[in-house]
Amino acid sequence: MIADLSVFGDALRFIQENPGLLWDKTVEQIQLSAAAVGVGLLIALPIGIGLGHLRRYSFVAISVANIGRALPTLAVIAVGIVFLPVGFTVVLIALVVLAVPPILTNAYVGVSEIDAETIEAARGMGMTERQILQRVELPLASPLLFAGIRTAVVFVVASATIAAIAGGGGLGDVIVNQASYGIEGVIGASILVCALAFACDGLVAIVQRLVTPKPLRGRHVDDATLVSEPL
Amino acid sequence: MTGILAASGPVIPDFGEASSCVQDNRLFCPDWVRDNWGPVLQPALLQHVKLVVIAVAIGFVLAFAAALVARRSTWFERPFDLFSALVYTIPSLALFQLLVPITGLTVTTVEVALVSYTLLILFRNILTGFRSVPADVLEAARGMGMGSFQVLRRVELPLALPAIMAGVRVATISTIALATVAAFVIPEGLGRPIFLALRQFFNTELIITAILAVALALVADGLLVLAQRALTPWTRIKAGS
Amino acid sequence: MADAAARIVFDHVTKRYPGRAAPAVDDLTLEIPAGEICILVGPSGGGKTTAMKMVNRLVDMTEGDIRIGDESVRDRDVTELRRGIGYVIQQTGLFPHMTVAENVATVPRLLGWDKQRTEARVDELLDLVDLPAVDYRARYAAQLSGGERQRVGLARALAADPSVMLMDEPFGALDPITRTRLQHELLRIHREVRKTVIFVTHDIDEAILMGDRIAILRPGGRLAQYDTPEAILAGPADDFVADFVGADRGLKRLSLTRLDELPLQPLDGARGPALAGSTTLRDALSTMLSEGSRVVVVLDGDGAPRGSITLDALAERLES
Repeated sequence: MIADLSVFGDALRFIQENPGLLWDKTVEQIQLSAAAVGVGLLIALPIGIGLGHLRRYSFVAISVANIGRALPTLAVIAVGIVFLPVGFTVVLIALVVLAVPPILTNAYVGVSEIDAETIEAARGMGMTERQILQRVELPLASPLLFAGIRTAVVFVVASATIAAIAGGGGLGDVIVNQASYGIEGVIGASILVCALAFACDGLVAIVQRLVTPKPLRGRHVDDATLVSEPL
Repeated sequence: MTGILAASGPVIPDFGEASSCVQDNRLFCPDWVRDNWGPVLQPALLQHVKLVVIAVAIGFVLAFAAALVARRSTWFERPFDLFSALVYTIPSLALFQLLVPITGLTVTTVEVALVSYTLLILFRNILTGFRSVPADVLEAARGMGMGSFQVLRRVELPLALPAIMAGVRVATISTIALATVAAFVIPEGLGRPIFLALRQFFNTELIITAILAVALALVADGLLVLAQRALTPWTRIKAGS
Repeated sequence: MADAAARIVFDHVTKRYPGRAAPAVDDLTLEIPAGEICILVGPSGGGKTTAMKMVNRLVDMTEGDIRIGDESVRDRDVTELRRGIGYVIQQTGLFPHMTVAENVATVPRLLGWDKQRTEARVDELLDLVDLPAVDYRARYAAQLSGGERQRVGLARALAADPSVMLMDEPFGALDPITRTRLQHELLRIHREVRKTVIFVTHDIDEAILMGDRIAILRPGGRLAQYDTPEAILAGPADDFVADFVGADRGLKRLSLTRLDELPLQPLDGARGPALAGSTTLRDALSTMLSEGSRVVVVLDGDGAPRGSITLDALAERLES
């Protein structure tokens, strides 16, 4: 085992000495990740919530979850490169593909697992389908919804790092380029990308806390794609 | 493209005999796949399988031990959970790179990282499995004169099996996907051909390795489902039939 | 493991839980003769389940001793002790991952019986509890009804031929019809196997039906009265017991006796509703009242009239 821990000291110095570069890269990665998560939300939330509300096609949610978990970032990028040139677009598409499954599955499970009796009571009170969605299902599903969003955010940040090899930019650019930035650059950028991932996760957690109705707060809910039901 | 990758040989056999399909870099050339299955694709696949099996096996042993402890001592669960969740948030490539100065460009680095990722899933599922054993069943088992070890072996483990298998399935699939990133550290696994193909924009290899990675995950999942069905025959019975 | 039933002795048994002022079981002393069914009955909080669980040490005594046969339960290794005691609980606790046969075979397997002996025993027990082995061996718990499950629970508890059985409200989760059926089944089985049984229930009617002796525990875990059902109904020890057995204890006493246990009067042209000799006095009284007759005709096993009984005779029975 090689234990050359002085490298970490060098890395910290690298961070100190290259604030501009690292900041630009970080911003780049945030933009990319935010875009991917945004598009992912636009695609996955309506489908997941819609199907969950109808309580139909559960096999879609399960299949999407399984396939999503089985997609290596590199493989998705590989296929993307076959059809598109290196650059922002192919990476964005790849990241969206990776972001959709956890959001969709969690949205589906979150909405469809709400007690049927609760929904029935709401219907009996005369709420329209839309009102049921807005006032009952979404609030009750929010713990799982946010668990899915958190998973997707962390996953996208991690995948964006890898996607640098396909021209995605961001801190991954430094990490995959030891030739240009040296080992201290690689380690430094790695430390920063960890911080970025934690920061994003924390951000979503804060938003979750603000949005979740009080009685449901503080309940730690497992990501639905994490602990799946056996077949 | 990447400076970290170990230097590698040419992808296209340098006999000047590459087929026209390959030379034109058409979408998919079956002849290349046939020719390179032995030298390139199969070894990568087998290396990949080896990486995953080791990671899931070690991760399982550690998570199982942790779950046994957490079962009895309530103080253990929270910290372990937090630790695992922390690790899970670290981007995989970053984790690999951060380990390199410590454990070098070796399989150990890869395995440490992969095992860390499996711990969270497996621990949660195993613990959930143990907790799902009905209280009256445990009481009956104790009351009948089973010692702690026998209760674990004959009652708790079998009944926890569905949840445990679910965890193993998730962990295996995730690890198969994650192990592609290992190619950033060591020239092993399915990630390596992907890298090389990315350099050359070689369509056939890109597609076949992507397919292999996904197919491996689906096959593994299928096998585990079969194993679970074989191990837990009672879960398929409809009540009252 | 003893094949013969064993005597159980509670010797000033007390159970105190830390942080609680009143004991759960308070100075309980009683002796259960071998082969008898002793019911522990009382309202919630009376400590009856706690008392029973101290016999197989699922709960540990604070003071006092419990002896099975002549051996204190404290002196035996706890796992060995429990393998010699049949334990039946309300939710059955059947192992969902094992077949019926495997469930029943659990304790024999723990004791290391060989395969042949175990299988023979399983078949024997399934027949005893009226679940034909040929149909039920390979089924899983989820495929059984509540009554069937509790029968398997019973068979499982009897498997290693224990000297003592502990039953904690075993029929509490069943519907009334199944409950009655199983109560009579248990009595029939007990006549065959003659184990010493401690049976916990909160239902005084069940206690009267099932018990050779009844121990009534009051809240706070003190013994209120310990005697045969007849004696308790005829002479409750205090107001609590009288209250607990119910104001209709006179009628309850009538349900303990059957028509054919009384001296019959000659028929003499007596006319009235005809009842089988196995009818309880209580049901006979009920028939008399609803049909407006002061006499019933008692039939023998073949349905032929044997004699008659009057309302006065019933009343005399109660006064004695």
